[in-house]
Amino acid sequence: MTRRCAALLVRIAVLAGSIALLEICCRFGIIDPLTVIPPSEMVTSMIDHLGSGELNESIVNTFSTILLAFVLAIVCGTLAGALIHSSRRLRDVVDPLLASYYSVPTFIFYPLLVALLGLGKAPLVVLGVLSATPAVMISTLSGLDSVPPVLMKLARVQRLSPARALWWIILPSALPRLFTGFKLALSYALIGVIAGEFILSGTGLGYAISFAYQSFDNRAMYGTMLFVLLVAITANGILYVWEGRLARRRLRG
Amino acid sequence: MSDLSFDNVQPSLASRRRIRAFDAIVLILLMLALWQAVGSWTQGVAVSPPWPTLTYLFGLVRTWMFWDHAAATLAAFALAFALSALIGLALGLIFGVRRFAGEVAEPILAGFYTIPKVTLYPVVLLLFGLGMSAKVAFGVMHGLVPMTLFTLGAVRNLPPVLIRTAKVLRLSPGRTMLWILVPACLPEIVNGLRISFSLSLLGVLIGEMFSSQRGLGFLLVSGMAQHNVPLSTAIVTVIVLVAIAANTLMLRLGRPRAR
Repeated sequence: MTRRCAALLVRIAVLAGSIALLEICCRFGIIDPLTVIPPSEMVTSMIDHLGSGELNESIVNTFSTILLAFVLAIVCGTLAGALIHSSRRLRDVVDPLLASYYSVPTFIFYPLLVALLGLGKAPLVVLGVLSATPAVMISTLSGLDSVPPVLMKLARVQRLSPARALWWIILPSALPRLFTGFKLALSYALIGVIAGEFILSGTGLGYAISFAYQSFDNRAMYGTMLFVLLVAITANGILYVWEGRLARRRLRG
Repeated sequence: MSDLSFDNVQPSLASRRRIRAFDAIVLILLMLALWQAVGSWTQGVAVSPPWPTLTYLFGLVRTWMFWDHAAATLAAFALAFALSALIGLALGLIFGVRRFAGEVAEPILAGFYTIPKVTLYPVVLLLFGLGMSAKVAFGVMHGLVPMTLFTLGAVRNLPPVLIRTAKVLRLSPGRTMLWILVPACLPEIVNGLRISFSLSLLGVLIGEMFSSQRGLGFLLVSGMAQHNVPLSTAIVTVIVLVAIAANTLMLRLGRPRAR
Protein backbone atom coordinates (compact mmCIF):
# COMPACT_ATOMS: atom_id res chain seq x y z
CA MET A 1 0.00 0.00 0.00
CA THR A 2 2.77 2.44 0.91
CA ARG A 3 4.50 1.50 -2.31
CA ARG A 4 1.38 2.32 -4.25
CA CYS A 5 1.10 5.64 -2.45
CA ALA A 6 4.73 6.41 -3.21
CA ALA A 7 4.19 5.60 -6.89
CA LEU A 8 1.14 7.85 -6.91
CA LEU A 9 3.07 10.72 -5.31
CA VAL A 10 5.98 10.36 -7.72
CA ARG A 11 3.54 10.22 -10.62
CA ILE A 12 1.87 13.45 -9.52
CA ALA A 13 5.29 15.04 -9.02
CA VAL A 14 6.41 13.99 -12.52
CA LEU A 15 3.26 15.37 -14.13
CA ALA A 16 3.35 18.61 -12.11
CA GLY A 17 7.05 18.98 -12.88
CA SER A 18 6.53 18.60 -16.62
CA ILE A 19 3.72 21.14 -16.59
CA ALA A 20 5.88 23.56 -14.62
CA LEU A 21 8.77 22.99 -17.02
CA LEU A 22 6.50 23.72 -19.99
CA GLU A 23 5.26 26.86 -18.25
CA ILE A 24 8.83 28.08 -17.64
CA CYS A 25 9.94 27.27 -21.19
CA CYS A 26 7.00 29.21 -22.60
CA ARG A 27 7.37 32.17 -20.25
CA PHE A 28 11.06 32.59 -20.99
CA GLY A 29 10.64 32.30 -24.72
CA ILE A 30 12.45 28.98 -25.11
CA ILE A 31 9.29 27.73 -26.81
CA ASP A 32 7.73 30.11 -29.29
CA PRO A 33 4.30 31.31 -28.05
CA LEU A 34 3.06 30.84 -31.62
CA THR A 35 3.69 27.11 -31.16
CA VAL A 36 2.66 26.34 -27.60
CA ILE A 37 1.06 28.74 -25.14
CA PRO A 38 1.85 28.45 -21.41
CA PRO A 39 -0.32 25.90 -19.54
CA SER A 40 -1.71 28.58 -17.20
CA GLU A 41 -2.99 30.47 -20.20
CA MET A 42 -4.55 27.27 -21.59
CA VAL A 43 -6.52 26.99 -18.37
CA THR A 44 -7.68 30.61 -18.39
CA SER A 45 -8.60 30.30 -22.07
CA MET A 46 -10.58 27.16 -21.31
CA ILE A 47 -12.45 28.91 -18.51
CA ASP A 48 -13.09 31.96 -20.72
CA HIS A 49 -14.46 29.90 -23.58
CA LEU A 50 -16.60 27.72 -21.35
CA GLY A 51 -17.90 30.77 -19.47
CA SER A 52 -18.77 32.74 -22.59
CA GLY A 53 -21.12 29.98 -23.68
CA GLU A 54 -19.88 29.91 -27.27
CA LEU A 55 -18.88 26.26 -26.88
CA ASN A 56 -22.20 25.16 -25.40
CA GLU A 57 -23.69 24.05 -28.69
CA SER A 58 -20.55 22.11 -29.66
CA ILE A 59 -20.43 20.45 -26.26
CA VAL A 60 -24.05 19.33 -26.46
CA ASN A 61 -23.58 18.11 -30.04
CA THR A 62 -20.40 16.19 -29.38
CA PHE A 63 -21.44 14.51 -26.16
CA SER A 64 -24.90 13.55 -27.38
CA THR A 65 -23.27 11.95 -30.45
CA ILE A 66 -20.76 10.10 -28.30
CA LEU A 67 -23.48 8.94 -25.89
CA LEU A 68 -25.69 7.71 -28.73
CA ALA A 69 -22.80 5.82 -30.34
CA PHE A 70 -21.76 4.37 -26.98
CA VAL A 71 -25.26 3.13 -26.09
CA LEU A 72 -25.83 1.68 -29.57
CA ALA A 73 -22.44 -0.03 -29.47
CA ILE A 74 -23.19 -1.60 -26.08
CA VAL A 75 -26.63 -2.84 -27.14
CA CYS A 76 -25.52 -4.17 -30.54
CA GLY A 77 -22.24 -5.55 -29.22
CA THR A 78 -23.78 -7.42 -26.29
CA LEU A 79 -26.59 -8.89 -28.39
CA ALA A 80 -24.23 -9.91 -31.21
CA GLY A 81 -21.76 -11.36 -28.70
CA ALA A 82 -24.48 -13.44 -27.03
CA LEU A 83 -25.72 -14.65 -30.42
CA ILE A 84 -22.23 -15.65 -31.54
CA HIS A 85 -21.55 -17.36 -28.23
CA SER A 86 -24.60 -19.56 -28.68
CA SER A 87 -23.35 -21.15 -31.90
CA ARG A 88 -19.99 -22.89 -32.18
CA ARG A 89 -20.05 -22.73 -35.96
CA LEU A 90 -20.85 -19.02 -36.10
CA ARG A 91 -18.06 -18.41 -33.62
CA ASP A 92 -15.50 -20.27 -35.76
CA VAL A 93 -16.39 -17.93 -38.61
CA VAL A 94 -16.45 -14.68 -36.65
CA ASP A 95 -13.40 -15.18 -34.41
CA PRO A 96 -10.80 -14.50 -37.12
CA LEU A 97 -12.81 -11.46 -38.22
CA LEU A 98 -12.80 -10.04 -34.71
CA ALA A 99 -9.10 -10.80 -34.33
CA SER A 100 -8.19 -8.71 -37.35
CA TYR A 101 -10.92 -6.09 -37.04
CA TYR A 102 -8.89 -3.55 -35.10
CA SER A 103 -5.97 -3.83 -37.51
CA VAL A 104 -8.08 -2.01 -40.08
CA PRO A 105 -8.08 1.73 -39.45
CA THR A 106 -11.89 2.05 -39.23
CA PHE A 107 -11.51 5.76 -39.56
CA ILE A 108 -10.82 5.55 -43.31
CA PHE A 109 -14.48 4.62 -43.80
CA TYR A 110 -15.50 8.03 -42.54
CA PRO A 111 -15.35 9.84 -45.93
CA LEU A 112 -17.46 7.06 -47.44
CA LEU A 113 -19.95 7.36 -44.57
CA VAL A 114 -20.18 11.12 -45.10
CA ALA A 115 -20.86 10.55 -48.79
CA LEU A 116 -23.42 7.93 -47.89
CA LEU A 117 -25.28 9.65 -45.06
CA GLY A 118 -24.51 13.31 -45.62
CA LEU A 119 -22.59 15.65 -43.37
CA GLY A 120 -24.08 15.65 -39.90
CA LYS A 121 -24.65 13.50 -36.90
CA ALA A 122 -25.41 10.23 -38.69
CA PRO A 123 -21.93 9.43 -40.12
CA LEU A 124 -20.34 10.33 -36.78
CA VAL A 125 -22.65 7.99 -34.87
CA VAL A 126 -22.04 5.19 -37.37
CA LEU A 127 -18.28 5.75 -37.14
CA GLY A 128 -18.43 5.62 -33.34
CA VAL A 129 -20.54 2.46 -33.42
CA LEU A 130 -18.25 0.84 -36.00
CA SER A 131 -15.20 1.44 -33.86
CA ALA A 132 -16.74 0.56 -30.49
CA THR A 133 -19.03 -2.42 -31.18
CA PRO A 134 -16.38 -5.10 -31.84
CA ALA A 135 -14.72 -4.34 -28.48
CA VAL A 136 -18.05 -4.99 -26.75
CA MET A 137 -18.54 -8.18 -28.80
CA ILE A 138 -15.10 -9.48 -27.88
CA SER A 139 -15.60 -8.75 -24.20
CA THR A 140 -19.09 -10.28 -24.20
CA LEU A 141 -17.67 -13.46 -25.70
CA SER A 142 -14.87 -13.64 -23.16
CA GLY A 143 -17.28 -12.77 -20.34
CA LEU A 144 -19.66 -15.58 -21.31
CA ASP A 145 -16.68 -17.92 -21.64
CA SER A 146 -15.64 -17.03 -18.11
CA VAL A 147 -18.89 -18.25 -16.52
CA PRO A 148 -17.85 -21.46 -14.72
CA PRO A 149 -19.66 -24.49 -16.24
CA VAL A 150 -20.50 -25.73 -12.75
CA LEU A 151 -22.62 -22.62 -12.17
CA MET A 152 -24.53 -23.24 -15.38
CA LYS A 153 -25.15 -26.78 -14.17
CA LEU A 154 -26.37 -25.36 -10.90
CA ALA A 155 -28.81 -23.14 -12.78
CA ARG A 156 -30.15 -26.19 -14.58
CA VAL A 157 -30.44 -28.17 -11.36
CA GLN A 158 -32.34 -25.32 -9.72
CA ARG A 159 -34.49 -25.07 -12.87
CA LEU A 160 -33.95 -21.33 -13.14
CA SER A 161 -35.80 -19.64 -15.96
CA PRO A 162 -33.45 -18.17 -18.62
CA ALA A 163 -34.10 -14.64 -17.33
CA ARG A 164 -33.26 -15.63 -13.75
CA ALA A 165 -30.21 -17.62 -14.85
CA LEU A 166 -29.04 -14.51 -16.68
CA TRP A 167 -29.61 -12.27 -13.66
CA TRP A 168 -28.38 -14.56 -10.88
CA ILE A 169 -25.69 -16.64 -12.57
CA ILE A 170 -24.41 -15.28 -15.87
CA LEU A 171 -24.30 -11.54 -15.23
CA PRO A 172 -22.42 -11.65 -11.91
CA SER A 173 -19.71 -13.90 -13.39
CA ALA A 174 -19.44 -12.14 -16.73
CA LEU A 175 -19.71 -8.57 -15.45
CA PRO A 176 -16.01 -7.74 -14.92
CA ARG A 177 -15.13 -8.74 -18.49
CA LEU A 178 -18.22 -7.03 -19.88
CA PHE A 179 -17.23 -3.90 -18.06
CA THR A 180 -13.79 -3.91 -19.68
CA GLY A 181 -15.59 -3.93 -23.01
CA PHE A 182 -17.79 -0.99 -21.98
CA LYS A 183 -14.74 0.98 -20.91
CA LEU A 184 -13.03 0.35 -24.27
CA ALA A 185 -16.28 1.17 -26.08
CA LEU A 186 -16.45 4.57 -24.42
CA SER A 187 -12.92 5.50 -25.33
CA TYR A 188 -13.28 4.19 -28.91
CA ALA A 189 -16.59 6.04 -29.40
CA LEU A 190 -15.00 9.19 -28.02
CA ILE A 191 -11.94 8.89 -30.26
CA GLY A 192 -14.01 8.04 -33.35
CA VAL A 193 -16.52 10.87 -32.96
CA ILE A 194 -13.99 13.56 -32.12
CA ALA A 195 -11.65 12.45 -34.92
CA GLY A 196 -14.56 12.54 -37.37
CA GLU A 197 -15.53 16.02 -36.26
CA PHE A 198 -11.94 17.14 -36.51
CA ILE A 199 -11.33 15.92 -40.07
CA LEU A 200 -14.67 16.65 -41.72
CA SER A 201 -17.68 18.17 -40.00
CA GLY A 202 -19.54 21.39 -39.35
CA THR A 203 -20.16 21.12 -35.61
CA GLY A 204 -18.76 19.78 -32.40
CA LEU A 205 -15.66 20.14 -30.28
CA GLY A 206 -13.37 18.40 -32.79
CA TYR A 207 -14.52 20.88 -35.42
CA ALA A 208 -14.00 23.77 -32.99
CA ILE A 209 -10.38 22.72 -32.52
CA SER A 210 -9.66 22.33 -36.22
CA PHE A 211 -11.44 25.63 -36.96
CA ALA A 212 -9.35 27.44 -34.35
CA TYR A 213 -6.19 25.87 -35.80
CA GLN A 214 -7.06 26.97 -39.30
CA SER A 215 -7.83 30.52 -38.21
CA PHE A 216 -4.54 30.72 -36.23
CA ASP A 217 -6.44 31.23 -32.96
CA ASN A 218 -3.99 29.41 -30.70
CA ARG A 219 -5.63 30.49 -27.46
CA ALA A 220 -9.03 29.10 -28.42
CA MET A 221 -7.43 25.98 -29.85
CA TYR A 222 -5.48 25.12 -26.70
CA GLY A 223 -8.42 25.97 -24.44
CA THR A 224 -10.81 23.68 -26.31
CA MET A 225 -8.16 20.97 -26.59
CA LEU A 226 -7.53 21.06 -22.84
CA PHE A 227 -11.26 20.78 -22.17
CA VAL A 228 -11.66 17.75 -24.46
CA LEU A 229 -8.64 16.01 -22.95
CA LEU A 230 -9.78 16.71 -19.38
CA VAL A 231 -13.25 15.31 -20.11
CA ALA A 232 -11.77 12.22 -21.81
CA ILE A 233 -9.33 11.60 -18.97
CA THR A 234 -12.03 12.06 -16.31
CA ALA A 235 -14.51 9.74 -18.05
CA ASN A 236 -11.91 7.03 -18.61
CA GLY A 237 -10.55 7.48 -15.08
CA ILE A 238 -13.98 6.99 -13.49
CA LEU A 239 -14.56 3.80 -15.48
CA TYR A 240 -11.04 2.60 -14.66
CA VAL A 241 -11.59 2.97 -10.90
CA TRP A 242 -15.03 1.40 -11.14
CA GLU A 243 -13.60 -1.54 -13.09
CA GLY A 244 -10.95 -2.10 -10.44
CA ARG A 245 -13.66 -2.20 -7.76
CA LEU A 246 -15.69 -4.74 -9.72
CA ALA A 247 -12.65 -6.93 -10.24
CA ARG A 248 -11.76 -6.81 -6.54
CA ARG A 249 -15.31 -7.65 -5.50
CA ARG A 250 -15.15 -10.60 -7.85
CA LEU A 251 -11.94 -11.81 -6.22
CA ARG A 252 -13.46 -11.54 -2.74
CA GLY A 253 -16.78 -13.17 -3.63
CA MET B 1 -17.41 -47.56 -23.27
CA SER B 2 -20.93 -48.88 -23.47
CA ASP B 3 -22.57 -45.45 -23.56
CA LEU B 4 -20.60 -44.40 -26.63
CA SER B 5 -23.26 -43.52 -29.16
CA PHE B 6 -22.75 -42.48 -32.72
CA ASP B 7 -24.35 -39.03 -32.46
CA ASN B 8 -21.71 -38.09 -29.92
CA VAL B 9 -18.85 -38.77 -32.29
CA GLN B 10 -17.07 -35.54 -33.15
CA PRO B 11 -16.63 -34.82 -36.84
CA SER B 12 -13.11 -35.62 -37.98
CA LEU B 13 -10.52 -32.86 -38.18
CA ALA B 14 -10.55 -32.86 -41.98
CA SER B 15 -14.30 -32.49 -42.22
CA ARG B 16 -14.31 -29.75 -39.58
CA ARG B 17 -11.73 -27.91 -41.59
CA ARG B 18 -13.90 -28.33 -44.68
CA ILE B 19 -16.92 -26.89 -42.84
CA ARG B 20 -14.81 -23.99 -41.68
CA ALA B 21 -13.52 -23.24 -45.19
CA PHE B 22 -17.07 -23.43 -46.53
CA ASP B 23 -18.29 -20.99 -43.87
CA ALA B 24 -15.43 -18.61 -44.58
CA ILE B 25 -16.30 -18.56 -48.28
CA VAL B 26 -19.97 -17.94 -47.44
CA LEU B 27 -18.90 -15.07 -45.20
CA ILE B 28 -16.77 -13.47 -47.91
CA LEU B 29 -19.61 -13.81 -50.42
CA LEU B 30 -22.01 -12.23 -47.91
CA MET B 31 -19.68 -9.28 -47.40
CA LEU B 32 -19.31 -8.79 -51.16
CA ALA B 33 -23.10 -8.96 -51.49
CA LEU B 34 -23.49 -6.32 -48.78
CA TRP B 35 -20.94 -4.10 -50.50
CA GLN B 36 -22.79 -4.57 -53.80
CA ALA B 37 -26.12 -3.80 -52.12
CA VAL B 38 -24.83 -0.57 -50.58
CA GLY B 39 -23.30 0.38 -53.93
CA SER B 40 -26.44 -0.20 -55.95
CA TRP B 41 -28.72 1.26 -53.29
CA THR B 42 -26.89 4.59 -53.49
CA GLN B 43 -26.43 4.25 -57.25
CA GLY B 44 -22.71 4.73 -56.90
CA VAL B 45 -22.77 8.26 -55.43
CA ALA B 46 -21.16 7.19 -52.16
CA VAL B 47 -19.65 3.75 -52.59
CA SER B 48 -18.85 2.10 -55.87
CA PRO B 49 -19.77 -1.60 -56.10
CA PRO B 50 -17.06 -4.32 -55.87
CA TRP B 51 -16.54 -5.09 -59.55
CA PRO B 52 -16.18 -1.50 -60.86
CA THR B 53 -13.94 -0.74 -57.87
CA LEU B 54 -11.62 -3.62 -58.70
CA THR B 55 -11.39 -2.69 -62.38
CA TYR B 56 -10.73 0.92 -61.37
CA LEU B 57 -8.08 -0.29 -58.93
CA PHE B 58 -6.30 -2.27 -61.65
CA GLY B 59 -6.20 0.86 -63.77
CA LEU B 60 -5.05 2.93 -60.79
CA VAL B 61 -2.06 0.77 -59.88
CA ARG B 62 -0.72 1.27 -63.41
CA THR B 63 -0.55 5.05 -62.92
CA TRP B 64 2.52 6.83 -61.65
CA MET B 65 0.39 9.12 -59.50
CA PHE B 66 -0.87 6.27 -57.31
CA TRP B 67 2.62 4.95 -56.56
CA ASP B 68 3.83 8.44 -55.74
CA HIS B 69 1.14 8.78 -53.06
CA ALA B 70 1.56 5.19 -51.89
CA ALA B 71 5.31 5.71 -51.53
CA ALA B 72 4.74 8.84 -49.44
CA THR B 73 2.44 6.94 -47.08
CA LEU B 74 4.71 3.92 -46.99
CA ALA B 75 7.82 5.96 -46.16
CA ALA B 76 6.07 7.88 -43.37
CA PHE B 77 4.50 4.71 -42.02
CA ALA B 78 7.72 2.66 -42.14
CA LEU B 79 9.60 5.35 -40.23
CA ALA B 80 6.79 5.80 -37.69
CA PHE B 81 6.46 2.06 -37.11
CA ALA B 82 10.21 1.53 -36.78
CA LEU B 83 10.53 4.39 -34.28
CA SER B 84 7.50 3.22 -32.27
CA ALA B 85 8.76 -0.35 -32.18
CA LEU B 86 12.35 0.44 -31.17
CA ILE B 87 11.63 3.21 -28.65
CA GLY B 88 8.63 1.30 -27.28
CA LEU B 89 10.66 -1.85 -26.85
CA ALA B 90 13.47 0.00 -25.07
CA LEU B 91 11.07 1.91 -22.80
CA GLY B 92 9.08 -1.24 -22.05
CA LEU B 93 12.22 -3.17 -21.08
CA ILE B 94 13.48 -0.35 -18.87
CA PHE B 95 10.11 0.17 -17.13
CA GLY B 96 9.71 -3.59 -16.79
CA VAL B 97 13.05 -4.10 -15.09
CA ARG B 98 12.88 -0.97 -12.94
CA ARG B 99 9.69 -1.87 -11.12
CA PHE B 100 9.12 1.46 -9.43
CA ALA B 101 9.61 3.52 -12.58
CA GLY B 102 7.18 1.12 -14.28
CA GLU B 103 4.58 1.64 -11.55
CA VAL B 104 4.90 5.39 -11.92
CA ALA B 105 4.76 5.38 -15.71
CA GLU B 106 2.12 2.75 -16.49
CA PRO B 107 -1.05 4.71 -15.57
CA ILE B 108 0.27 7.79 -17.35
CA LEU B 109 0.87 5.76 -20.51
CA ALA B 110 -2.47 3.96 -20.22
CA GLY B 111 -4.20 7.30 -19.80
CA PHE B 112 -2.47 8.68 -22.86
CA TYR B 113 -3.51 5.56 -24.80
CA THR B 114 -7.24 6.26 -24.27
CA ILE B 115 -7.40 10.00 -25.00
CA PRO B 116 -8.49 11.19 -28.45
CA LYS B 117 -5.06 12.00 -29.86
CA VAL B 118 -6.51 13.68 -32.94
CA THR B 119 -7.10 16.76 -30.82
CA LEU B 120 -3.33 16.99 -30.40
CA TYR B 121 -2.60 16.90 -34.11
CA PRO B 122 -2.62 20.72 -34.47
CA VAL B 123 0.14 20.87 -31.83
CA VAL B 124 2.14 18.32 -33.80
CA LEU B 125 1.65 20.42 -36.93
CA LEU B 126 2.77 23.56 -35.11
CA LEU B 127 5.84 21.80 -33.73
CA PHE B 128 6.92 19.92 -36.86
CA GLY B 129 5.41 21.95 -39.66
CA LEU B 130 3.36 20.60 -42.53
CA GLY B 131 4.88 17.58 -44.17
CA MET B 132 6.46 14.23 -43.60
CA SER B 133 7.83 14.75 -40.09
CA ALA B 134 4.45 15.73 -38.63
CA LYS B 135 2.87 12.56 -40.05
CA VAL B 136 5.69 10.44 -38.65
CA ALA B 137 5.44 12.08 -35.23
CA PHE B 138 1.69 11.54 -35.16
CA GLY B 139 2.15 7.89 -36.15
CA VAL B 140 4.68 7.46 -33.33
CA MET B 141 2.25 9.06 -30.86
CA HIS B 142 -0.22 6.33 -31.72
CA GLY B 143 2.15 3.39 -32.00
CA LEU B 144 4.63 4.00 -29.19
CA VAL B 145 2.40 3.49 -26.15
CA PRO B 146 0.92 0.06 -26.97
CA MET B 147 4.40 -1.27 -27.75
CA THR B 148 5.71 0.05 -24.42
CA LEU B 149 2.75 -1.29 -22.44
CA PHE B 150 2.90 -4.77 -23.98
CA THR B 151 6.65 -5.09 -23.42
CA LEU B 152 6.33 -3.76 -19.87
CA GLY B 153 3.62 -6.27 -19.04
CA ALA B 154 5.62 -9.13 -20.52
CA VAL B 155 8.78 -8.30 -18.57
CA ARG B 156 6.81 -7.84 -15.35
CA ASN B 157 5.21 -11.27 -15.65
CA LEU B 158 8.47 -13.09 -16.31
CA PRO B 159 9.38 -15.89 -13.91
CA PRO B 160 11.82 -14.22 -11.46
CA VAL B 161 14.19 -17.18 -11.83
CA LEU B 162 15.20 -15.90 -15.27
CA ILE B 163 16.31 -12.56 -13.88
CA ARG B 164 18.09 -14.26 -10.99
CA THR B 165 19.90 -16.47 -13.48
CA ALA B 166 21.06 -13.39 -15.34
CA LYS B 167 22.35 -11.97 -12.07
CA VAL B 168 24.14 -15.18 -11.14
CA LEU B 169 25.78 -15.32 -14.55
CA ARG B 170 26.74 -11.65 -14.10
CA LEU B 171 25.41 -10.68 -17.51
CA SER B 172 25.72 -7.02 -18.39
CA PRO B 173 22.40 -5.14 -18.69
CA GLY B 174 22.68 -5.15 -22.48
CA ARG B 175 23.24 -8.89 -22.63
CA THR B 176 20.49 -9.55 -20.11
CA MET B 177 18.10 -7.76 -22.44
CA LEU B 178 19.35 -9.42 -25.59
CA TRP B 179 19.73 -13.00 -24.27
CA ILE B 180 17.09 -13.26 -21.58
CA LEU B 181 14.40 -10.60 -21.65
CA VAL B 182 13.71 -10.31 -25.37
CA PRO B 183 13.56 -14.06 -26.12
CA ALA B 184 11.41 -14.74 -23.05
CA CYS B 185 8.95 -11.98 -23.94
CA LEU B 186 8.88 -12.65 -27.68
CA PRO B 187 5.19 -13.64 -28.07
CA GLU B 188 4.04 -10.55 -26.17
CA ILE B 189 6.47 -8.38 -28.10
CA VAL B 190 5.05 -9.66 -31.39
CA ASN B 191 1.57 -8.85 -30.07
CA GLY B 192 2.70 -5.35 -29.19
CA LEU B 193 4.20 -4.98 -32.66
CA ARG B 194 0.89 -6.02 -34.19
CA ILE B 195 -1.10 -3.39 -32.27
CA SER B 196 1.60 -0.79 -32.79
CA PHE B 197 1.59 -1.54 -36.53
CA SER B 198 -2.10 -0.87 -36.97
CA LEU B 199 -2.17 2.19 -34.72
CA SER B 200 0.83 3.88 -36.32
CA LEU B 201 -0.78 3.22 -39.70
CA LEU B 202 -3.94 4.88 -38.37
CA GLY B 203 -1.93 7.84 -37.10
CA VAL B 204 -0.16 8.35 -40.42
CA LEU B 205 -3.42 8.08 -42.38
CA ILE B 206 -5.28 10.54 -40.13
CA GLY B 207 -2.31 12.88 -40.45
CA GLU B 208 -2.60 12.67 -44.22
CA MET B 209 -6.34 13.24 -44.19
CA PHE B 210 -5.94 16.56 -42.38
CA SER B 211 -4.08 19.33 -44.24
CA SER B 212 -1.68 17.28 -46.30
CA GLN B 213 -0.83 17.23 -49.98
CA ARG B 214 0.45 13.71 -50.46
CA GLY B 215 -0.25 10.14 -49.43
CA LEU B 216 -3.12 7.69 -49.57
CA GLY B 217 -5.07 9.50 -46.84
CA PHE B 218 -4.93 12.69 -48.89
CA LEU B 219 -5.95 10.77 -52.02
CA LEU B 220 -8.94 9.33 -50.15
CA VAL B 221 -10.16 12.73 -48.98
CA SER B 222 -9.53 14.37 -52.34
CA GLY B 223 -11.34 11.52 -54.11
CA MET B 224 -14.33 12.28 -51.94
CA ALA B 225 -14.08 16.05 -52.43
CA GLN B 226 -13.98 15.63 -56.22
CA HIS B 227 -16.89 13.14 -56.13
CA ASN B 228 -14.55 10.54 -57.58
CA VAL B 229 -16.32 7.67 -55.85
CA PRO B 230 -14.36 4.78 -57.44
CA LEU B 231 -11.10 6.44 -56.34
CA SER B 232 -12.06 6.76 -52.67
CA THR B 233 -13.58 3.27 -52.58
CA ALA B 234 -10.47 1.82 -54.24
CA ILE B 235 -8.15 3.50 -51.72
CA VAL B 236 -10.22 2.19 -48.80
CA THR B 237 -10.08 -1.30 -50.33
CA VAL B 238 -6.31 -1.18 -50.72
CA ILE B 239 -5.77 -0.02 -47.13
CA VAL B 240 -8.14 -2.63 -45.69
CA LEU B 241 -6.53 -5.46 -47.67
CA VAL B 242 -2.98 -4.44 -46.72
CA ALA B 243 -3.90 -4.03 -43.04
CA ILE B 244 -5.62 -7.41 -42.83
CA ALA B 245 -2.76 -9.17 -44.66
CA ALA B 246 -0.13 -7.67 -42.35
CA ASN B 247 -2.18 -8.47 -39.24
CA THR B 248 -2.74 -12.08 -40.30
CA LEU B 249 0.97 -12.50 -40.95
CA MET B 250 1.85 -11.16 -37.50
CA LEU B 251 -0.82 -13.26 -35.80
CA ARG B 252 0.80 -16.33 -37.39
CA LEU B 253 4.26 -15.25 -36.23
CA GLY B 254 3.06 -14.57 -32.71
CA ARG B 255 1.33 -17.88 -32.19
CA PRO B 256 3.30 -19.91 -29.65
CA ARG B 257 4.82 -22.89 -31.39
CA ALA B 258 4.66 -26.38 -29.97
CA ARG B 259 8.06 -27.33 -28.67
